[in-house]
Amino acid sequence: MTAELAHPAATAEAAPDLRADAQQANPIAGIDQSKGDFTYDVEYAYDAGVGLSEATVRYISQVKKEAPWLLDFRLKALKKFESMPLPTHWATKDLENIHFDKIRYYLSQGQQPKRTWDEVPDDIKETFERLGIPEQERKFLAGVEAQFDSEAAYSNIKSIVAKQGVIFVNSTEGLREHPELFRKFFGKVIPTGDNKFAALNSAVFSGGSFIYVPPGVKVAQPLQAYFRINAENFGQFERTLIIADEGAEVDYMEGCTAPKFSTSTLHSAVVELVALKGAKIRYITVQNWANNVFNLVTKRGLAHEEAEIKWIDCNIGSRLTMKYPGVILRGRKARGEVISIALANDGQHQDTGAKMIHAADETTSNIISKSISVGQGRATYRGLVQMGKGLKGCKNNTQCDALLINTNSRTDTYPAITVRGDKHATQHEASVSKVSEELIFYMQQRGLTEAQAMSLSVNGFINDLASQFPMEYSVELKRLIDLEMEGSVG
Amino acid sequence: MPLPSLETPHAAATPAGAPLSDSPERRLENSFAAHFAQQQNSGLPDWWLEARQKAWERFAALPLPTRLDERWRFSKLSGLALEGYTLPKGAANTYPHVDYQCPTLPPFERAATLCFHGQTMVHGTELPAELSARGVIFAPLPIALAEHGDLLRNYFHKYPAELGSEKFTALNTALATTGAVLYVPAGVEIDQPLLVEHSVEGSHSAAFPHTLVILGERAKATLVEHFASTATATPAAGARTLDEVARGGTAGSEAAPPLRQFITAVSELHAAPSAQLTYIGVQDWSLGALALHSSSIAAQRDARVLSLNLHFGGAQVRHESHSRLLAPGAHSDICSLSIAHGTQEYDQRTLQTHAAPNTSSDLLYKNALLGHAHTIFSGLIVVDPDAQKTDAYQSNRNLILSPDATADSLPGLEIQANDVRCTHGATSYRIDPEQLYYLRSRGIPTAQANEMLIFGFFEEVMSRLSEPALHDALAAFIQSKFKEI
Repeated sequence: MTAELAHPAATAEAAPDLRADAQQANPIAGIDQSKGDFTYDVEYAYDAGVGLSEATVRYISQVKKEAPWLLDFRLKALKKFESMPLPTHWATKDLENIHFDKIRYYLSQGQQPKRTWDEVPDDIKETFERLGIPEQERKFLAGVEAQFDSEAAYSNIKSIVAKQGVIFVNSTEGLREHPELFRKFFGKVIPTGDNKFAALNSAVFSGGSFIYVPPGVKVAQPLQAYFRINAENFGQFERTLIIADEGAEVDYMEGCTAPKFSTSTLHSAVVELVALKGAKIRYITVQNWANNVFNLVTKRGLAHEEAEIKWIDCNIGSRLTMKYPGVILRGRKARGEVISIALANDGQHQDTGAKMIHAADETTSNIISKSISVGQGRATYRGLVQMGKGLKGCKNNTQCDALLINTNSRTDTYPAITVRGDKHATQHEASVSKVSEELIFYMQQRGLTEAQAMSLSVNGFINDLASQFPMEYSVELKRLIDLEMEGSVG
Repeated sequence: MPLPSLETPHAAATPAGAPLSDSPERRLENSFAAHFAQQQNSGLPDWWLEARQKAWERFAALPLPTRLDERWRFSKLSGLALEGYTLPKGAANTYPHVDYQCPTLPPFERAATLCFHGQTMVHGTELPAELSARGVIFAPLPIALAEHGDLLRNYFHKYPAELGSEKFTALNTALATTGAVLYVPAGVEIDQPLLVEHSVEGSHSAAFPHTLVILGERAKATLVEHFASTATATPAAGARTLDEVARGGTAGSEAAPPLRQFITAVSELHAAPSAQLTYIGVQDWSLGALALHSSSIAAQRDARVLSLNLHFGGAQVRHESHSRLLAPGAHSDICSLSIAHGTQEYDQRTLQTHAAPNTSSDLLYKNALLGHAHTIFSGLIVVDPDAQKTDAYQSNRNLILSPDATADSLPGLEIQANDVRCTHGATSYRIDPEQLYYLRSRGIPTAQANEMLIFGFFEEVMSRLSEPALHDALAAFIQSKFKEI
């Protein structure tokens, strides 16, 4: 290792300390921790420099040749970011380990770091092998290639959907080519000051997708950021905006199950979805950042009359993830759903959940969360359900199940439910359990090793949720869980 | 923090409602400085006086809760800048047996009664001689302190409040002169409940009841506490309680506004190995009262504690309950039943701490909401890393009977051991139309059917009480309270 690309404070000081403790306290710890410490040579052509100031924001806006209104928007967001405190009065104090002045906020395309395949550690190669990642994708995922050669696939899908009038571009292009449409919906679902990290994203965002589906159009194949992978897409501060016009339907997939090796320790995306009358949006995420990454993401959808927004969210990687996908149910009979799977291994804290804001009559929402804590991992469910005054017929169902694998694993549940008025129904249930000894015994008796039995049980625990993922994702998810569970029993 | 108020009599003499300075903390402090300075210390043990002094300093030093404090999420904070409250004259370390009629609960057989009026112990019935002979102590706080100080020392303030009301419980420690001490030696079982009545009189009065219950090994006892407000200084027999006066408005008679009162009540319950303790708190303060109740439950090996709190009164009532399961086999049932109406805010915070393996706890909090009422339930189950085989349950059920009522529910879990069974549930709903239809199809009028369903909702909590006489008396009281609204 020659140069430390990731900011030194969080990786070199804080993070290894945490992991060192974890290793000592839990000798049977699961996965190899070294993947989070992965570093490699860096050659910066040019960038926005280290730290955040008005100049950084102006630089980003200038490089992207943005309209003055957007620069204003970014600068206001920066002020907001600077004025807001870290939410440590309810969130983990680990946030204090983020050194905002040591982070690079913008690396444009072509400025991504390079390394050779030989430099990629063997265990990473092994992981790719086990997950069945195609050869050409491995190089991209390992950071050997800055760009995954997916242009062909991307243009293909782009031209297919373009025939239906669907716009599927990155956010920079979206701003340039469809400014009216973009501006109409941009920042409306998640206001700049929603939280400190949404403000940060609003100030320095780059990358992400812009999708518009015209009325009545049902996009047959899921749109994947994967098809459009480039330097920006794996950026730290993605901004995605998806609009499904009346009666339209679209699925969007983000991330992939393979571990992603990030050059930065802070990732803060903002994703806004707008489903107009009768539209349906399904947004699928598989997050597997390296475990030195702070992944602080704001995701929210706005569902108009009879529209449906469904978040399928799976978190496996990162050091700390804070992500609570939400739906504002603004129109009558709108429906929101969050399906969440979180796996927290040593040194990881998955602080995930859901928000459902019922703002119209007869709106319904469903939250199902399953978390698995392995070793000293900590999984937290944090939820918010609100049913406003003067409404009737709103329904919510929330179910949180937590599975604890080791004696020192930890799980927390913090829901907040507000119901106004006498015409609604909410129910929240949560349970915490461990894998039944009888189950393990039964499988061992049939010739499985303890680890295999454990892995099978964990896969069984999330099976009904995993089956909601597209086929290839759920297969990869299963392999990934096998991998994470290895060595968790001893 | 220095205590200028103690050395400067003029601050102590600040008249009610005339604050000297601008900060709410300062005003709050000034409001009670006089009482602290005037406290009678005769006969009280030194350690108690020291604790009181320290508590006063703590009270002055601690800030009022702010929006950033998660433990006060959803609570109304504007009403907490206390000022202008006075403590009634007199002290409880006398035993006057004044003929004063306390507002009371429906009758049930009881072993003994203590009745406190404001800061004064007004009357009581003595313990049966047989129990006194076996070493049972049931006495007003100052008397128990004066006579059994050494015995009680290790129990008082053993587990300080940590659910948000630290500032107010410190004030209670500094100013408490009323409340009962119940000590039951090892092996002694008291079959009939013991009753403690608290009544606070008049507008802008404050009270700081402090209850301490200590059950020795294999001891058994039931303590019932009733908290109520009275409008006048010396109500004659049959005089109405303040709530009756307040509710009289709806009945068409005189409509006196509910009187402002401020109460900080603390109860400490200790159950030694294999002890069985039942504690019932009936909160029926004036509809203008701000009340902060804090209760701490400590259960040792194989001890069983049942606490049941009923809430009817108050304008803003916060009840904190912390159960500690300290040794294997300990069990705690934590129950609450609230009927919130008008603009009442009931703010209930609970913590179930499982600090040892093989412990169990079961929490059931039920709220019925009417009018513009607001209830908050915030509960947390904490399972310590070595508390394997914990069995913990937590349930909050809100029955919303009005379009303008709001129920907040924050059921939480923090689990650090893996071999546990921990579940929680929270529901908010209205009367099930199907159940209503069923009853109506049997010829029961809608109003009566509604009532049956609501009383059925209450009964799930009340059925946890094993003493039939007490159950019936309290169930009758709940029903009469509900019908008054």
